[in-house]
Amino acid sequence: MSDLSLVLVAIVVVGASGIPALLVPNRPRNGQWLTTILLVAGSCLGLVACGHALLVPQAEGLAGSFALPMGRIVLGLDGLTTVFLVPVFLIPALGTIYGMGYWSAAEHPQTSRRLGLFYGVLAAGMALVLLARDAVLFLVAWEAMALAAFFLATVQDDDPAACQAGWIYLVATHLGTLCLMAMFALLHHFTGSWSLTPEIASGLAPAAASTVFVLALVGFGVKAGIMPVHVWLPGAHANAPSHVSAVMSGVMLKLGIYGILRLTSILPTPPLWWGGLLIGLGAASGVLGIAFAIGQQDLKRLLAYSSIENVGIIVIGIGLAVLGRATGQIAWQVLGLGGALLHVWNHSLFKSLLFLNAGAVIHATGTRAIDRLGGLAKRMPVTAGLFALGAVAISALPPLNGFASEFLVYQGLLSTAFPETGASLPVAALGAVALAGIGALAVGAFVRALGTIFLGEARTGDAAHAHDPGLSLLLPMLFLAGCCLAVGLYSWAVIPCLLPAVAAWNGLPACLDYPLATTAPLGQVTLVGAALLALVGGLGGLLLLALRSRSCARVGTWDCGYARPTPRIQYTGSSFGQTLVDLFAWALWPRRCPPRIRGSLPPPSWFASAVPDTVLDRLVLPVFRLGNRLLPLVRLTQQGRVNVYLLYIPAMVLLLWFWVMIGE
Amino acid sequence: MTSLLDSMLVMVLVLNLFALGSSRLRAVIQVVALQGALLGVMPLVVHQHISPAAAGVSLATVLLKAIVIPTMLMRALREAQIKREVEPLIGLLPSMILGAAATGFAMVFASGLPLADEHTAALLVPASLATVLVGFILLITRTKAISQVIGYLVLENGIFLFGMLLVEAMPLVVEMGVLLDLFVGVFVICIIVNHINRAFASLDTRRLAELKE
Repeated sequence: MSDLSLVLVAIVVVGASGIPALLVPNRPRNGQWLTTILLVAGSCLGLVACGHALLVPQAEGLAGSFALPMGRIVLGLDGLTTVFLVPVFLIPALGTIYGMGYWSAAEHPQTSRRLGLFYGVLAAGMALVLLARDAVLFLVAWEAMALAAFFLATVQDDDPAACQAGWIYLVATHLGTLCLMAMFALLHHFTGSWSLTPEIASGLAPAAASTVFVLALVGFGVKAGIMPVHVWLPGAHANAPSHVSAVMSGVMLKLGIYGILRLTSILPTPPLWWGGLLIGLGAASGVLGIAFAIGQQDLKRLLAYSSIENVGIIVIGIGLAVLGRATGQIAWQVLGLGGALLHVWNHSLFKSLLFLNAGAVIHATGTRAIDRLGGLAKRMPVTAGLFALGAVAISALPPLNGFASEFLVYQGLLSTAFPETGASLPVAALGAVALAGIGALAVGAFVRALGTIFLGEARTGDAAHAHDPGLSLLLPMLFLAGCCLAVGLYSWAVIPCLLPAVAAWNGLPACLDYPLATTAPLGQVTLVGAALLALVGGLGGLLLLALRSRSCARVGTWDCGYARPTPRIQYTGSSFGQTLVDLFAWALWPRRCPPRIRGSLPPPSWFASAVPDTVLDRLVLPVFRLGNRLLPLVRLTQQGRVNVYLLYIPAMVLLLWFWVMIGE
Repeated sequence: MTSLLDSMLVMVLVLNLFALGSSRLRAVIQVVALQGALLGVMPLVVHQHISPAAAGVSLATVLLKAIVIPTMLMRALREAQIKREVEPLIGLLPSMILGAAATGFAMVFASGLPLADEHTAALLVPASLATVLVGFILLITRTKAISQVIGYLVLENGIFLFGMLLVEAMPLVVEMGVLLDLFVGVFVICIIVNHINRAFASLDTRRLAELKE
């Protein structure tokens, strides 16, 4: 049985995993078990096929016809598809296990079946998007994915915030799809084919190719969350259930990345400015995304903005690869795209881990507000440890996996200044500066989050009675943490699996023989990483030994010299991030309501600050409000009376008659 | 033959104006019935030779348009027990003037149409257009559900007149189908009229505006 047919069987099983539960409405617990077992089984099948395809890469195709206008079923499984299929099968399977505890049928009898159904549909839709090699089929699968995500994001339909975020997502995703439709129509106009294979578009004129590229960048950028078309992302991620956020952020955003890659792979040799544009957008998304993350007070909004940052890093890598393709530099392509693809995997691992962690915190405390938490490390030690591990990984610190992928992109960006052969492009090396800045800000953002949530004392009663979650929540988190560590330590073994994807992208089999070990010495990185781990472990052990032999007094945190310390004297998350937020005030436009203090004995006062999304609040919402004011004028024609509607018919006929008369 | 056809068409036009100007629902129904009867006879006049099939269609048309449908409407009127007055949105005289203007417009418009030679002489095309327009005026300016059915009937009469141009080409089945459609339509509307009356104690379609959003 070929890998492609195995993947297809997996898609069917995963997509239908929620249906049996619908047949047993009276026993929601059994239904949830059925859904989980089916989804996990289907995903395992898909992962086995992906694993085989990664180790023994071979391009496969399948073609058929289905009864839709213009429709053909053309499927393909190449390196690029396989790389993206791995998180598509892995993360939903872990998410659904997590959902057994987090969104259990006992607590949510109404919504658990709906959530299970659309969870499977989302995963299947994403897998089908990756396999589709026909524009119409691609759009159908794309839309199935987008709608399933909408129903998942609004599964709490009694929560007005979730519904509003869902609507914003729905409008944004459809505007994106509109761009994609225009893009595919244009491609069809120029090439006469709906096919998505490189040989179709090779003869495209440069201007036409650039138009198609820009439309694709906007359309896929909305899904991927590239600034400034990221508006839907923070709200939808924050208000969806955590395991849904994990799939949306960890996997669904990557489908936008995949779309950009698929399009750039079928378009002819790109001009230089495509790469420059991608690097610029990536750098802007990265820096501003993490700057917004620092200003957030909602834990999940913080993680959502950090997703924008990571997408920025991936887009920088893709930009580098496009530059390499424009100049014929194989090193840039392998390092840029290899780094980007590895970061796709890595981000899906550590961002899912962090979202699941956030879910555990929310489940235990009932709040997402960072400034209401605190001191959770004492009550939820396992969650705290896993969050710290995810934070280290996402901040791209060695020896975890985030470092490996960003290391590759760094190497590629720096090599643009000193290429082995051909002309140098030192401007692109500025991307490395942006990447370094992003890394530093990410450390700041996650130190702030970790410190405020897990260290210190509980700020409110919400955080005072938390405890570590049950096994069904912990197992997926532990698995993801293990993956982060494994990919970080064995990055030298993982990267070669990605080279077929690079070769599939640029059509150059020479990429497979690229001497990666010499340009990016990941083996040494692993050695250093292992040494670091040993050092930290050894020092920690020594510290414990030293502590054991001495007696130490236990006192409350922040107990230093105050007569009556309260948890409220702690630094809040907002105060911690204020310096950095002020640094980016030109883009973040933070809102502050400072207290007004008058007289020598002022009455009680209050202070509030927030960092709303600049693009959404200052641009998109005002435009929509204006539309809301103007468009009701159209409603004057809707009087609801039969006579008036009938009047429209002869009026229209008369109008047409006059038009014809004038025409003559 | 043409002169006979033309005089019948003129009668149809006069009946149009009568339908617009009459204030009593019962009278309007009778006018439409008479118009239907005229239309039913018309294929026999247009056809130079009378085939059994054409005679059948004629008979069916007269039966339906002049007897069955008016009877149904009268019954609906009786059962609904509403005021027997038309209650138009604009006055009776203005609607008659509007009808006359529409007839004039139809004449002008038809003279500009690129018609086949055998159709230019007769009044058939302008009469049919005028009847359609009058039907529209009835539909737009009358508010009672039952007078809207009458407007619909007049409109259909106009279309029927236009179909007379194709009387040689149109197969029997199509004519019968159209008649059946009309019959079923009016039948259903008469039932609905009863229900509207029971639900709202009125047949004013202005009160059916709840579903506009």
